[in-house]
Amino acid sequence: MFITQALAATPAAGEAAAPEGAFPPFDPTTFTSSLFWLVIVFGALYLLMSRVALPRVAGILETRRGRIAGDLDSAAAMQKQADDAAAAYEKALSDAKAQAQTTAQQTRDRLAAQSEAERKSLEAGLNAKLAAAEAQIAATKAQAMSSVGGMATDTAAEIIKHITGVSAEQGEVAKAVAAVKIG
Amino acid sequence: MAAEGNAIDPIHQFEIHPIVKFSVGGTDLSFTNSSLFMVVILALISLLMLWGTSSRSLVPGRLQAAAEMAYEFVASTVRGTAGESGMKFFPFVFSLFMFVFFSNVIGLIPYTFTVTSQIIVTFALAALVILTVLLYGFYKHGAHFLHLFVPSGVSPFLLPFLVLIEVISFVSRPISLSVRLFANMLAGHITLKVFAGFVTLLLGAGAWSALAPLPLAAIVLLTAFELLVAVLQAYVFAILTCVYLNDAIHPGH
Repeated sequence: MFITQALAATPAAGEAAAPEGAFPPFDPTTFTSSLFWLVIVFGALYLLMSRVALPRVAGILETRRGRIAGDLDSAAAMQKQADDAAAAYEKALSDAKAQAQTTAQQTRDRLAAQSEAERKSLEAGLNAKLAAAEAQIAATKAQAMSSVGGMATDTAAEIIKHITGVSAEQGEVAKAVAAVKIG
Repeated sequence: MAAEGNAIDPIHQFEIHPIVKFSVGGTDLSFTNSSLFMVVILALISLLMLWGTSSRSLVPGRLQAAAEMAYEFVASTVRGTAGESGMKFFPFVFSLFMFVFFSNVIGLIPYTFTVTSQIIVTFALAALVILTVLLYGFYKHGAHFLHLFVPSGVSPFLLPFLVLIEVISFVSRPISLSVRLFANMLAGHITLKVFAGFVTLLLGAGAWSALAPLPLAAIVLLTAFELLVAVLQAYVFAILTCVYLNDAIHPGH
């Protein structure tokens, strides 16, 4: 180790450093020992690096690269799986929706047809009843009208008898009533 | 002033002192302060790259994240410069980058020794790079590797000059590669030490000591700048290594 002259500036140290003539880095007397130790140290360094250290670091990096690639692959696989599941879910959902719609439509149609039929039969029954009632009304009316004619004849004969005191002939009265009857 | 000469001795930090002296067959192989810091570099890199990654966590801790960052940084540099086939040199470039990077950065800590401020160290590393380029180039491509020196689509009159220039530029590569790193480290550390010398000089200069904070502030700024240089030079060394290796892998223009 060298001693910094700046800090240990004693004359003794100065004199000890002085005697060499050559510039230290070019001093050939130190070359052999420097070379000898350089060969040993650099050789050892090369062996350690090439045999142990660098293969180990390469192994570490390779393992990590493999692990990262594997993880990315499995992540991609899981992503795909999730996508598939999502697609299947979407499909099931849309199928169920379509089915529900069909069922609802069918039910609606069926119910509509049923109520239509019911309505029609009800209407038919009502119409029949109405027609019957109308026929009855017409019959009753006709009967009543015919009775009105008889009653008018009787009443007229009675009135004639009362006023004149003579019984008019039934047939003549009826003829006269019919003549004056409107409609 | 005797102390003045000592205070501005910015070269002292590059001196190599033996810690454990020994020699084999008359060749000095002492374990020096330079060797010590090489071992420190080795220990710190090993701490980061081996101990830091020992848990092999899927989610990295701090040290492991730093180790992975260093790995990926150098790997992307190699891939970007020399292509996928350059990855066979990845451990080599990685070791070079980490060694230079740790050496440069550790050297910024006061009282430490900067291994890459020794021309012999940087030259040895650069020579190793060029030797690798040459050996691999000839091993892989044989004589075809020499096409590196022959630009295509040039008139035959200019070709000898261009080949000469290519050869000179190739030969100067180890020199430029080593001197660039060495000179950057050397100059930066000398500058820091010179400014530190100014601080002590001013402090010992009576009323002028009021100015002492100025060079101190300069040291703070320079240290930040030197940190940038330290990282940048490690990167430059690594990327130039990749560029040169790319020539060996794909020769021909």
